[in-house]
Amino acid sequence: MQQRRIIFKHIDEPGYTNDLACYQRNGGYDVLRKAVARPPAELIDEVKKSGVRGRGGAGFPAGVKWNLVDRKSGKPIYLVVNADESEPGTFKDRYIIHQDPHQLIEGTMIACFANNVKQAYIYIRGEMPEGARILERAIAEARAANLVGPNILGTGYSCEIYVHRGAGAYICGEETGLIESLEGKRANPRIKPPYFPAVLGLYQCPTIVNNVETICHVKHIIDMGGEAFAKIGTPNNTGTRIYCVSGHVQRPGYYEFECGKITLGQLLNDVCGGPRPGRAFKAVIPGGSSSKILRFGETFTLKNKDGSTRTLAVEDIPMDFDTLAACGTMGGSGGVIVMDDTVNMVEALANINAFYAHESCGQCTPCREGSLWMKRITARMVHGAARAEDAALLKSVADQIPGRTICAMGEACAWPTQSYVEKFPEDFGNYYETKKTPRGADCVPLI
Amino acid sequence: MNLKPETLKQIDEVITHYAAKRSATLPLLHLIQEDIGHIPDEAIEWVAAKLELEPINVYEVVTFYPMFKRKPVGRRHIKVCRTLSCALMGSYKVCDTFKKEFGVELDEVTPDGEVTIEFVECLASCGTAPVVMINETLHENVDEQKAVDLANEIKKESGVRSQESEAKP
Repeated sequence: MQQRRIIFKHIDEPGYTNDLACYQRNGGYDVLRKAVARPPAELIDEVKKSGVRGRGGAGFPAGVKWNLVDRKSGKPIYLVVNADESEPGTFKDRYIIHQDPHQLIEGTMIACFANNVKQAYIYIRGEMPEGARILERAIAEARAANLVGPNILGTGYSCEIYVHRGAGAYICGEETGLIESLEGKRANPRIKPPYFPAVLGLYQCPTIVNNVETICHVKHIIDMGGEAFAKIGTPNNTGTRIYCVSGHVQRPGYYEFECGKITLGQLLNDVCGGPRPGRAFKAVIPGGSSSKILRFGETFTLKNKDGSTRTLAVEDIPMDFDTLAACGTMGGSGGVIVMDDTVNMVEALANINAFYAHESCGQCTPCREGSLWMKRITARMVHGAARAEDAALLKSVADQIPGRTICAMGEACAWPTQSYVEKFPEDFGNYYETKKTPRGADCVPLI
Repeated sequence: MNLKPETLKQIDEVITHYAAKRSATLPLLHLIQEDIGHIPDEAIEWVAAKLELEPINVYEVVTFYPMFKRKPVGRRHIKVCRTLSCALMGSYKVCDTFKKEFGVELDEVTPDGEVTIEFVECLASCGTAPVVMINETLHENVDEQKAVDLANEIKKESGVRSQESEAKP
């Protein structure tokens, strides 16, 4: 399987450095130079034509997002690059920021010019202090070269970019929580409606929030044209996608492929070298820790456009937004976490539940209490007091959360419990017995 | 507040980045914590005054974000990633190794003030799990042996420091 590296073209390339000179030697900022000579509306149109969908998790088309921006309010329009990269299993933005920061800055400037934004922020997670320093240095270089700041390239257009560091809260990846955080508050997400960022975002002004990978794609869309970009990947799932693979495979890492042109089986077996020696895959989380888990051996019967049906095994699922959604899970942030047959799903769920209980902002009762109870139940099971009725209890708690919270964290914390319990009844129903059996040396504690 | 002149300069600069002063709350707290190591009450009041806020506005931020520390931590702040991808590759054992090496429980400070171990949530480097951050440096693929090596390095450096401080009474 051949990768198609567009965003990751220079990642890990020997001799490629993250300074402006190296970036410009490789054609850097040429796209921005061409972009600022075009009418902004034309650029927005290219992004719409490209069909690019947001890479942060929801897969919302970026062109539509830009279209929703209130341009008549008279208020300034802000752009915020979401570099919070907080969904467990996702680790792509780190490499873009560390190794090719100017690509992100060029994409940001093009997006700003297209949307008449005068002020942009890159919200980077607090645990990436080096990444923040690299970005600040890169922005200073770009500013000195008249590519960021006042009157860029003599066009009369001015735009500043500042780096804003988070401080370790997962919920800042949620766009309205991020905006609250950027305003200097607790990252409690805002209710939509009315607080759609495109209308009432940062300082109650229209605001665009896009993921790092999405913003990098903007540069390439303007470079090659929206129609050419739309030919990459598969219909409605255009462009390339960076898949981050972690857990029990032989070669974990980041891989960029045309969206949907690779199946989950090809990714895990051909690209990542399959399971560890002597082991078999048991389960996989396809799009970040909140996405519903897939069990190896299960099959999905999907409808084709002509009304006929097709049956897919987990390995056959193309890694695009639509098919993963049709299989009951999601492409999410592209974070693929693999578990082999050494893992007991009660223990894996206990790990994830501890994460979500820690990260709930506490604003909505179903999420605050539900995530905590799911954590307590799975922790109690692992620490020796599992009961036969725990599976049903977990399900009942999880089922009461989604749709009853301000933000999607309600879904994010419930989906793991709902799917693990449903798909691995033998692990949950029998955990008391499992605990009595000695485990292999390669079975590690997860909680 | 006894902040370094350099910190004060950075603080005045960063406030200009925002249309509303309150937005500078997180940046100011980061700068102060980098300077003095944690966020005492005095810092909360100072930030509030600087940004024309009530102390509660700053206090609620400090207590929301896990990276802000109300009490001093060790000179080496060891953050071991706990979340699924790292756990699958053995981070619980790595965390135990560090605890054993330094004889402390999580979130404590060793008596010499050198080390604090924290078991943190996802550090976004899942492909090189398990990962550990020591202050601002990320260490990748840390197994139990590598944890022992890192601990020995820290012990060696802190030994040198304590000898130096004994040498100048």
